[in-house]
Amino acid sequence: MYDSHFPILVVVIPMLVSFVVPLVGMWNKKLPFYMATTAMIASLATSIGILVQVLQHGPISYRLAGWAPPWGIEYYIDHLNAFMTVLVCFISVLITIYSQKSITQERPDKEVHFYCILLLLFTGLLGMLVTGDMFNIYVFLEISSLSAYALIAIGDEKAHFATYKYIIIGTIGACFYLLGVGYLYIATGSLNIHDLSTLLPPLYGSKVIVVSSIFFILGLGIKMGLFPLHTWLPGAYTHAPSAVSAYIAPLMSKVAAYVFIRVLFTVFDIRFSFETLPIMEILGWVAAVAIIFGSIVAISQSDIKMMLAYSSISQIGYIVLGLTMGNREGFIGSVLHILNHAFMKACLFAIVGAIIYRHGTRTIERFGNLHRTMPWTSAAFAVAALSMIGLPPTAGFFSKWYLVLGAISAGKWAFVVIIMISSLLNAVYFFRVIEHVFWKPRSGGIDLPIERNEAPKSMLIPILVLAIGILALGFASHWIIEMVIGQTTPAGIL
Amino acid sequence: MEIIHSIRPLLAILVSLAAAVLILFFGKHRNIREFWTLAAGVVKFGLVLSLLPMVLDGKAPVTEILTLADGVSLKLRVDPLGLFFALIASSLWIITSIYSIGYMRGLNEHAQTRYYFSFALCLSATIGVAMSANILTFFIFYEMLTLATYPLVIHKETPEALKAGRKYLAYTLTAGVFLLAALVATYSFAGTLEFTPGGILKGTADHPTLRLLFVAFIIGIGVKAGIMPLHSWLPTAMIAPTPVSALLHAVAVVKSGVFGCLRVLWFVFGTGLLSDLGVWIWLAGFAAFTIIVGSLVALAQDNLKKRLAFSTISQLSYIVLGGALLSESAMLGSTMHLVNHAFMKITLFFCAGAIYVNAHKTKISELNGIGRRMPYTMAAFTVGAMGMAGLPPVAGFISKWYLCIGALQAEEMLFLVVLLASSVLNAAYFFPIVFRAFFRKPEPGAGEDALPSGEASLFMVIPLCISAVVSIALFFAPNVPLHFLELAKTVVRQVLQGG
Repeated sequence: MYDSHFPILVVVIPMLVSFVVPLVGMWNKKLPFYMATTAMIASLATSIGILVQVLQHGPISYRLAGWAPPWGIEYYIDHLNAFMTVLVCFISVLITIYSQKSITQERPDKEVHFYCILLLLFTGLLGMLVTGDMFNIYVFLEISSLSAYALIAIGDEKAHFATYKYIIIGTIGACFYLLGVGYLYIATGSLNIHDLSTLLPPLYGSKVIVVSSIFFILGLGIKMGLFPLHTWLPGAYTHAPSAVSAYIAPLMSKVAAYVFIRVLFTVFDIRFSFETLPIMEILGWVAAVAIIFGSIVAISQSDIKMMLAYSSISQIGYIVLGLTMGNREGFIGSVLHILNHAFMKACLFAIVGAIIYRHGTRTIERFGNLHRTMPWTSAAFAVAALSMIGLPPTAGFFSKWYLVLGAISAGKWAFVVIIMISSLLNAVYFFRVIEHVFWKPRSGGIDLPIERNEAPKSMLIPILVLAIGILALGFASHWIIEMVIGQTTPAGIL
Repeated sequence: MEIIHSIRPLLAILVSLAAAVLILFFGKHRNIREFWTLAAGVVKFGLVLSLLPMVLDGKAPVTEILTLADGVSLKLRVDPLGLFFALIASSLWIITSIYSIGYMRGLNEHAQTRYYFSFALCLSATIGVAMSANILTFFIFYEMLTLATYPLVIHKETPEALKAGRKYLAYTLTAGVFLLAALVATYSFAGTLEFTPGGILKGTADHPTLRLLFVAFIIGIGVKAGIMPLHSWLPTAMIAPTPVSALLHAVAVVKSGVFGCLRVLWFVFGTGLLSDLGVWIWLAGFAAFTIIVGSLVALAQDNLKKRLAFSTISQLSYIVLGGALLSESAMLGSTMHLVNHAFMKITLFFCAGAIYVNAHKTKISELNGIGRRMPYTMAAFTVGAMGMAGLPPVAGFISKWYLCIGALQAEEMLFLVVLLASSVLNAAYFFPIVFRAFFRKPEPGAGEDALPSGEASLFMVIPLCISAVVSIALFFAPNVPLHFLELAKTVVRQVLQGG
């Protein structure tokens, strides 16, 4: 009987819990972790309920406080955001379980604050996903961004500067987005996404609309970390606490990418995005440069977190590239890559956190013989790395498959070449790490007997679940596409 | 072909995967660990063998595992060509396993568990390559093979070995990327990826595009097939332990390459389309170049394994050449050379390994008189060498005979000359080794200790004798062991009817 309220519950549960966490934290520092985990599991269950409803009955529209759209705020959930909601909840649960040991070791004084803000961040991400209102997205975007700034700031000694940079650039991004919303509101008098999608087409000639679309792309481009608007990203991912990196890297840019898809394919339709302006043509090339740039810079990093951050920039390029192809295969490739990349990056950053937890280093050269001390973690790293390179049968292969298919169907052979080159560059920097982890002696030339020193179970199990997930997603990719992703293709895309 | 659903193809792949897991678990008990290797080898061979009667009956056992994309599944289908390759790989795995035990224990090698683990994975991948029903399934196993062989190539973990590993990956992964692009393009054009005798690409795109596609495919599989100029990973990878070089770099990996080449030529493009496009002559040209240059480079090598490596490069191109010539006999010769070369080359590598373990010699110039101390090993070596040169009574003669007739049928005299010249070159770089071993006295001053007192352990001598005997048996009765000739003829008939 509560299931009709699922769309709001999924957001409200973590929000309310986050308000209670500081109070409880005053007398017990251990409880916030359990509260956060429980809240996220509740959200996960709710989000699965939503997905099932959407799969059975089609999109859900939920009116906040009963106000009819477009006057009231509408939560509108179709296949795309239902699927994204489950993804965000699932990764959140895993990383929260993972975070306990890691955050206790890295910032023992900040546990309570950490879980409070983490829940707010989670609320913000979910809110952006479920809402059907452009301004509401902005509100949640700011909730999630502000929480992210706070979480990153509790990282290492360079975190303050990185956060400062992120705040400045992130705020500019949010401003662009808000300006875009404002322009749309001036032109149409509406903020509801579906209302806008019917009101906008007659206005496509208007300069206000064109300018607003550019604001959206710039604002969301910053939030996603799309090259050349990525400058905040490497520092923020690198200097944040391990658990925060493992949370932010897979999720925040993906949710921004979701909003990007919403704006370009639902608010504006594909006629606008592909024909009125050469947006997609330009974005395609920007994404291509992002892919190559991110990979090349990643090769030269000696700090593994920095390497993964640049790899994220390149992977965001993949997601955008697929969208610009304008066909079903490319779109599926993008959405599938959102899913796959979330798993891969969560897994990789979690592994790095586990290595830091045990060995206190994130310098690739010092990973020698890691497979002796942390065999399971190393195996998980190998799986995730192969998936990043896109080797079958891991998940990464299948998103690459659809992206290449999309590029060929669109006749864009240059993009096929870009994806090919990028896979090889990925192979270069991931096999470099694999060499250190598996074959190189730790330091000096002699193999000393090394004690097994695997990460604690609460860290290891989420890592292994993610690694198995990467393999399972590969084999299940067709099923997932048939069930969910295939239904998300926007109107007008063949 | 009648299709029958059977789980046996899948089991044949899973057997060695399961063995790999068991090997990891029993890593500390070397006897149990090696028992699993051998047990998996025997069971795998039994499973593959049990498919033989069905295939000879004209049936095609199929396992469809799951759907990977619209119209493409992870699917295994055992057709005559696939079974042909699976039989070679699975039978040789057994004798290589026995040999490995002797070799690895004889040298007291490190990381033996990893070695047997990777080896078992490689065999799963190879059987998967053999039994793939479509290009995507093929590609998945093909890439798995690359990854599973990487730990074997860098087995020594020295900087040199790591460098060789990097080179290996650089070549094979680049090839993989080309292959991926080619197969996605094929899917986009033809809407299917199923291997079909006679091809699936005819009339799906204009000729220049298809030619480009052909080039992408050949780069994709040409690396493992060692077609020059894509070959240079192979001699470098000889840094691996000898059983690895023997099974993987003379049989499984490179044979997967040439097998893939035949698949692409006959089952993706089809003979008709290839002659319409006129691309076969390019490929044949590259293959001919490789045959001659590979042999010439082999002449200059003093390291025994390097010489064998270049000989492999040259011999693999026999198969590619036969596949590209598109005449009936050339195709038959090409298919037969898959098995003949496998048995002959593995014999030669086993001998090189036995010499290394027993006498710690890697250079040909140090082998004077070794035949007196290791008569069985060097006799087996002689058999292999004769086969390489295409002399009767060794199996190499049969495939070379068909290949030469094929060149005549195709009316390409140049290629006939290439094949004959290559025989001479093979003789020129193999017989001096035999001569040194049997007829030269050991270097004066080297002393009695310079040569081993006798043969290597039986674990090594028996496998190399078996493979040498099979090489001879394949000459006298190519049909008796495992019906190879009959299978090859069925393959050629199917392909020619289809295309």
